[in-house]
Amino acid sequence: MNVPLGAVIGLSAVLFTLGVVGVLVRRNAIVIFMSIELMLNAANLAFIGFARSLQDLSGQIFVFFVIAVAAAEVAVGLALIVAIYRTRLSIDVDEVASLHG
Amino acid sequence: MFLTQAAGADWFALAPWIIGLPILGLLINILIGHRLGERAIGAIASGAVGLAFVVAVFQYLGLQAEPEVASVLVAEWIRIGQLDVAWSLNIDSLSVTMMLMVTGVSALIHVYAIGYMHDDVRFQGDPGRFRRFFVYFNLFVAAMMILVTADNYLMMFVGWEGVGLCSFLLISFWFEKGADGIGNAMAGKKAFIVNRIGDFGFLIAMFLVFWTYGSLQFEEVFHRAEEMGDAAGGVVSLITLFLLLGVVGKSAQLPLFVWLPDAMAGPTPVSALIHAATMVTAGIYLVARNHVLFELAPASATTVALVGAVTALFAATIAVGQFDIKRVLAYSTISQLGFMVAAVGLGAYVAGMFHLVTHAFFKALLFLGSGSVIQGIEHGHHNLQHSDGHHGNGHFDPQDMRNMGGLRQRMPVTFWVYLVGALALAGIPPLAGFFSKDEILLDASLENTAVYGLLTAAAFLTAFYMGRQVWMVFFGQPRSEAAGQAHESPRLMTVPLMALAGLAVVGGAINWPGVHWLTDWLEHTIEHVHAAELSPQVAGISTGLALVAIAIAWLFYGRRPMMEGQPDPLRRPLGPVFRALENKWWVDELYAAVFIRPYQRLARWLADTVDWAFWHDWFHDRVLAGGFLGGTGWLAWGFDLPVIDGLVNRLAEGLRGAAGRLGRLQTGYVRNYALTLFVGTILVLSYLLMR
Amino acid sequence: MTGDWLIFAALALIAVISAVMMITSRNTVYSALFLVLDFTAIAVFYLLLQAPFIAMVQITVYAGAIMVLFLFVIMLLGVEQAATSPGLPLQAPVAIVLAFALVILLGYGLLQQGDGQGGLAAVLAEGFGSPIAIGDLLFESYLIPFEATSVLLLVAIIGAIFLTARARRQAG
Repeated sequence: MNVPLGAVIGLSAVLFTLGVVGVLVRRNAIVIFMSIELMLNAANLAFIGFARSLQDLSGQIFVFFVIAVAAAEVAVGLALIVAIYRTRLSIDVDEVASLHG
Repeated sequence: MFLTQAAGADWFALAPWIIGLPILGLLINILIGHRLGERAIGAIASGAVGLAFVVAVFQYLGLQAEPEVASVLVAEWIRIGQLDVAWSLNIDSLSVTMMLMVTGVSALIHVYAIGYMHDDVRFQGDPGRFRRFFVYFNLFVAAMMILVTADNYLMMFVGWEGVGLCSFLLISFWFEKGADGIGNAMAGKKAFIVNRIGDFGFLIAMFLVFWTYGSLQFEEVFHRAEEMGDAAGGVVSLITLFLLLGVVGKSAQLPLFVWLPDAMAGPTPVSALIHAATMVTAGIYLVARNHVLFELAPASATTVALVGAVTALFAATIAVGQFDIKRVLAYSTISQLGFMVAAVGLGAYVAGMFHLVTHAFFKALLFLGSGSVIQGIEHGHHNLQHSDGHHGNGHFDPQDMRNMGGLRQRMPVTFWVYLVGALALAGIPPLAGFFSKDEILLDASLENTAVYGLLTAAAFLTAFYMGRQVWMVFFGQPRSEAAGQAHESPRLMTVPLMALAGLAVVGGAINWPGVHWLTDWLEHTIEHVHAAELSPQVAGISTGLALVAIAIAWLFYGRRPMMEGQPDPLRRPLGPVFRALENKWWVDELYAAVFIRPYQRLARWLADTVDWAFWHDWFHDRVLAGGFLGGTGWLAWGFDLPVIDGLVNRLAEGLRGAAGRLGRLQTGYVRNYALTLFVGTILVLSYLLMR
Repeated sequence: MTGDWLIFAALALIAVISAVMMITSRNTVYSALFLVLDFTAIAVFYLLLQAPFIAMVQITVYAGAIMVLFLFVIMLLGVEQAATSPGLPLQAPVAIVLAFALVILLGYGLLQQGDGQGGLAAVLAEGFGSPIAIGDLLFESYLIPFEATSVLLLVAIIGAIFLTARARRQAG
């Protein structure tokens, strides 16, 4: 695919932004989490694009690691959400606001 | 004569003892006097002065061998730049004359005072004060010796002030007694203050001398004065006039004589020694010593003579109207001092010194005699009070001549010596007073007719008032019971009286016309002395006038002696004049009105208005303190509290408000925090990209 | 050339739309599924960008494992509930505005760099992106990160178990 690198990066940017919006707007913890994954993916896409452009495989290695870490993170994060749900019976992030000033 | 041949004998080395012996005497009395008896204290004091007299005799003998000046250094004193003042004793004929006279008469008066003060401290009620008297007396002799032996103006001034101090201490010896309980203290204060005016004159003269001649040593000053002569211009006149002011103060001339009559508040030996024989003569000695300067300023010399002559007559008139026995003698002293001042003013230094010496003899005699009379009256009064149990009629004045009378029979020794003294003072030959007074009149007749006239009139009055006094006191019947009870004084008092009477008789031998022994003696110091020949005319006039005066006095007071309660026979003939004489021509009242009361008003104004109301109340309290308090008050309340505290407080308020407001950022919502993060990211990104 | 653009545009569209759908979907399961679609689209992108291994890893791990885990938890916890509290008023508008700002910024940054213009038609080395090449690099240069990642995964496992373990002795 011979598109300018800029297009790939632009797409990455848009996806990233969408992920950010999702984190900020949604109240469901799981959806927020999924938005975070979307952000990660957008970053991965950028990495791959650069690897292709600069012909350096390091980019792809990096994506490899990102995916691995994302997996670990999701595991722990979801475990946390489950644990929270057990006590609060809700996964609305706006509910956990007792540390306010 | 053999004494002068004593090889190597240096009499002059003993000279400092003439000051040292009285000092030693007073130190012994101060330190251990309270353990000794009255006799011992008196003996120590008198012995000290007696030995000083012996030392003076030695100085005389020393000068016989080498008649020129001898100078004995005692101590270095001031040495600053051009000013080199050392304490050196100047032994020359003039100072030795004074030394002999002062120590001799002082010794006799000291002995007299032992007896006198013994009774006096008991009459006044404080026996413990006996010792103090003799300490002061010795101190006086020491100060007078310093004055007389000084070889420079400053040292003389030390002695001058010293005798002034002792005069004050002794006048107010009974400081808690006198009119209203402070009369004696007031008299002492008056003496001191009036003398201060004279001292001021002396000081200014001293400054001028130093400024003109660059030295304070008599020798150097006189030497340079003669060299410069008229080149110094009017300064010499100024110097001599200021010296005259000093003389007027110390020797009680017009217009500063007012302290001497009040000084009679002191015990009688004090009046005799200080205010008749010695201290008051310091003025005449000053003029004699400075004869070189006075010769260079003839106008000042004439002024001196006139002041002396006018004073002589003025004081003599007042003496006629006085009733206090000591007051008569006080005014007489002023008058005789006038004679002496007139003499030295005319250039007749020998005549002045001659009269100074003889006057010391008979005036001291008269004063001591009056003391004897007064004590006799006091004893009589005392006996009365104790015997009959009737306590006298309120205020009995033992010194009032109207309370005396007929004492010739009751106190014969006193009478005879007093008579001798009175005749000597009146100038009856061949007593001492005749020769000395006559020499002054002779010189006056040759030099200045006005002065001669004034002095002759004064001599006439002198004889008159002495006659009045003698008849009033000793003749007739006692006018009070106290006088009737009087008895003679003890030998301790009468023996010195007799000694002085002897001196009053033969004292004229010092300078008999033709022999002129004193003239020759003083010529060594005062160069231009001339021995005037005795003029029978002048002598005859003066003696004749004296006899006429005595006769008139007999007419008034002797023929029909005064009775008790009778007014003075002179009152009717003289009328208002007598009242003026009795009130001393109201001089004190004049001074009070012209000087003293305005001065007191000024002082009160300065104290109350200027110092208290202005300085203290307004300036210190309102301006300084009030301003300070206002200022600090503003700083504390107006500045520190609202501004600085306010600043800090507002800062805290602001912080609290900001904290409160910022606290609201912590909503507790994770999404908000995420949004904040996002905002920050955008900002950083935009900054990085825009760079 | 246009063929490339066409493919790119189509894939991009799918990715973006599925992302939007994921965000805005009320049903959590639908969100998850849309995300899976998104991941797949991205995996295709990887393939097209000469990263075959990574593409497979993406599908296997991300879409296969991670999303399955998501779905498990969604099922476990129940679906979206109705919002109980009013929510934050300014949050959404501000977020969207700032998102636009971000996009603009990133676009601006992109245009700044000249590289964005160039194409990707360079001749690649043989086996670029193949498992062999990845493996070579991974076990030679990046061995330590690799081992560290394995430890991380172990920790994650323990953590997940620990966090979700019920307190045993509580009942009774």
